[in-house]
Amino acid sequence: MTAAYVVVPTVAVMVAGAAYIVAALLFILSLAGLSKHDTSRRGVVYGMTGMAIALVATVWLVADDAWGQPGAALGLTLLVVAVLIGGAIGLWRARVVEMTAMPQLIALFHSFVGLAAVLVGWNGAASEFAVSPDLVGIHRAEVFIGVFIGAVTFTGSIVAYLKLSARISSRPLVLPGKNVLNVGALVLFVALTVWYVITPALWLLVVVTVLALALGWHLVASIGGGDMPVVVSMLNSYSGWAAAAAGFLLDNDLLIVTGALVGSSGAYLSYIMCRAMNRSFLSVIAGGFGIEAPRADGEDAQGEHREIDAASAAELLAGASSVVITPGYGMAVAQAQYPVAELAQRLRERGIDVRFGIHPVAGRLPGHMNVLLAEAKVPYDIVLEMDEINDDLASTDVVLVIGANDTVNPAAAEDPGSPIAGMPVLRVWEAANVIVFKRSMASGYAGVPNPLFFRDNAQMLFGDAKARVEDILREL
Amino acid sequence: MTRIGIVAEQPGENRVAATPLTVEKIRGLGYDVVVEAGAGGHAALPDDAYRDVGAAVVDTAEAWAADIVLKVNAPTPAEIERLADGATVIALLSPALRPELLEALATRGITALAMDAVPRISRAQSMDVLSSMANISGYRAVVEAANEFGRFFTGQVTAAGKVPPAKVLVAGAGVAGLAAIGAASSLGAVVRATDPRPEVADQVRSIGGTYLPVDVEVEESKDGYAKATSEAYDRRAAEIYSEQAADVDIVITTALIPGRPAPRLITAADVATMKPGSVIVDMAAGQGGNVEGSVAGERVVTAGGVVILGYTDLAGRLPTQASQLYGTNLLNLLKLVTPEKDGQLTLDFDDVVQRAVTVVRDGEITWPPPPVPVSAASTARPDAAPAAPAKERRTLSTGAKSALIAVGIAALFAVCAFAPAPLPQHFLVLTLSIVVGFYVIGNVAHALHTPLMSVTNAISGIIVVGAMVQITVPFLLTQVLAAAAVLLASINVFGGFAVTRRMLAMFTKGDAR
Repeated sequence: MTAAYVVVPTVAVMVAGAAYIVAALLFILSLAGLSKHDTSRRGVVYGMTGMAIALVATVWLVADDAWGQPGAALGLTLLVVAVLIGGAIGLWRARVVEMTAMPQLIALFHSFVGLAAVLVGWNGAASEFAVSPDLVGIHRAEVFIGVFIGAVTFTGSIVAYLKLSARISSRPLVLPGKNVLNVGALVLFVALTVWYVITPALWLLVVVTVLALALGWHLVASIGGGDMPVVVSMLNSYSGWAAAAAGFLLDNDLLIVTGALVGSSGAYLSYIMCRAMNRSFLSVIAGGFGIEAPRADGEDAQGEHREIDAASAAELLAGASSVVITPGYGMAVAQAQYPVAELAQRLRERGIDVRFGIHPVAGRLPGHMNVLLAEAKVPYDIVLEMDEINDDLASTDVVLVIGANDTVNPAAAEDPGSPIAGMPVLRVWEAANVIVFKRSMASGYAGVPNPLFFRDNAQMLFGDAKARVEDILREL
Repeated sequence: MTRIGIVAEQPGENRVAATPLTVEKIRGLGYDVVVEAGAGGHAALPDDAYRDVGAAVVDTAEAWAADIVLKVNAPTPAEIERLADGATVIALLSPALRPELLEALATRGITALAMDAVPRISRAQSMDVLSSMANISGYRAVVEAANEFGRFFTGQVTAAGKVPPAKVLVAGAGVAGLAAIGAASSLGAVVRATDPRPEVADQVRSIGGTYLPVDVEVEESKDGYAKATSEAYDRRAAEIYSEQAADVDIVITTALIPGRPAPRLITAADVATMKPGSVIVDMAAGQGGNVEGSVAGERVVTAGGVVILGYTDLAGRLPTQASQLYGTNLLNLLKLVTPEKDGQLTLDFDDVVQRAVTVVRDGEITWPPPPVPVSAASTARPDAAPAAPAKERRTLSTGAKSALIAVGIAALFAVCAFAPAPLPQHFLVLTLSIVVGFYVIGNVAHALHTPLMSVTNAISGIIVVGAMVQITVPFLLTQVLAAAAVLLASINVFGGFAVTRRMLAMFTKGDAR
């Protein structure tokens, strides 16, 4: 089973070792392929191949190792049944999920990895008898670290899932002294680990699990819904570290390699996003970084907004030569990606230059808008990033802001006192005309009033984004 | 109630300061409006149309006696006499060029707002008369040229033979230049454009022109206008103009530098190389002309048969359109200075727009205003765009960073040096993988963040391997827990890859459709 068991390597052990190296390499190629459109599909194939090799090798290893031992038959049966059931559930969920519900699904998947890591950790604790005496202390520490990371990932992902699927309020939870609570939990964890290394007791394991579950819950609960893209990416990273910790525990290099790959790439992805939101990376990991933006000075950006109806909006669009569409979470909520894509196509057929401008944190998942637009068959070469499109906005005739708010807020660039000051935003207000699709005059997730709505060149089109876009299509 | 008078312009000016449409909205701001009889006549706006929206049509004296007088051109000395003491006049006043006019207005205790002094900032675009008039002028310049030009603009192949398209050179791609490029290219001509600001190249292309770059270093403008340029640039530009003059059929020049005479772009020698029947429209003729030999307000035919149009009233030659746009600009200004919609004009000098347009206030000359930084100028670097972020991101000093790195390396060294057998090897694997993970996704395209995340999610399901090796341990509880872990992780592995494939299948490129 583990290296501690095997004195003379069997064929299965040697083959598995080689297979693990190949699998690790394929995972690296997979991630590398995923960073470009052209190679992305190949990247997935690499990943699947790597995973298949790893699984087959492991099954062989397990079967070979356990053959003739008590419990082998039951274990192998359980293994096959569990893989079949799990695989079926996974494939089914992947097939039926709505693209707008992708953030929830990914958050839920992360929680599975977290829970699996907790279970593996507990099992590791139960098999302590098999560890050689000089390594037993390290083994106990590894159990604790693995369980801790896994449990934080588990509850954190569950909370993220609940928030993203709107089963609980996405408002940040603000407990008194929340930073003290977080740091206290970490200190307590270190103390418990030391204690467990010296005198292992089952209740300590239970306590640390509960502690980590509570910490994971609190970390994510204290983050507002608008910051969820970073949170999901961070949880992705945590789930990698959980796997890596399990690798240490089980003396398995493949788990370490893969876990560290996922962990560091997820952390880097979060870092990129934090930079895009002008947030401190450290305060994200600490949790509760979004609560510095209360609705304090909600009164200073008052003014008069102008309304526009679908017919005039259609007229404006038909007369434009360049149009930029900047979608936000509201488009996902209204499921408006199909009408929006059709609108883009119709305008393009008229020879109008239509492009999409995507803010790095638009939606509730990094790249969320890109996925939705791709689902609606918008060609990806007209979907541009904020930095690519920002300088062109000044020469654009019409900008359609569909369900976006904070990502187009001029206060971020112009009002140093604003809570979102310094966050890079799409400078839509520089365009000749801006049409804002919005359900009401309410603030965005950051709770910051948006002076864009009161600009002379901005007009509001109230109502459900999908219905309004369809109205415009009819008028065209 | 404050009364606004719309007065008739001097003969030769066909525009009018308000149309029935804008009069209706001005009344909506709480003002009482009187219109001089026949004021809109040249712009096809009869008196009855004004009456229909509630304005009174009055005689000249009464219109001029209003509290606020709206005009297109600056009032003449005789007209200033007619103004009531303490009245407000809003018109195109050219404050920089006509100090004597400001004097005359100031001695009468008048408040004067210059529509041509609106600063070029985004917020004031809706009042920017220079832009709205330049747009019309650019269009009209092409129409005038087409009128003089003896051929089609568009190329055609007909039974009666092949017609080549006309070639048009537009000098200066400001608002007027862009309008001219757009009009000429929609008539079917081959359009080329020059401009000292290389950043306009995309705008030229977007409306169908070809940008001719002048390959000399130029500074980017800071106030939205082109700056007077360096000698090297002028030399190279002159070469381009000479080459183009010999080739094109129509030249439209729009180059203006604020507060200075118009730059001379086309010399008499250039004109002489043009084909007979070619047309030049010098839109800067009123400011001295871009073309040698152009005469302000006149049509000139050179010895070589080239027609040079120096019309200065191009916008006025589209009087209905121009009145409508000018009227709307004026209306937007009135909206700004009537915040309460109560028919009371109140000037707020803390507002840069109101400060800039007010050239005389209550008999005191307030020109020139303090300079306004402008958003129309392109920023040097995109990431320098957000003005003064409130919270500087805290960054560690170089020393602190090095110290941290040193501590980290020392800790790693200590662990690897003193830990028992399998641990150092694991750490080696761990650190290398972390570094690889960092670099491998370093340049990930933003659009692929979600697929990347879901594939890493699937890969992190590798923990299934850990659960599998535990499943044959001969304890029932362990086996059950391990089976649960295998099941959960399998959901991840299969679901993650499947959903990623589904997502990627949707990403299609434009030309692949």
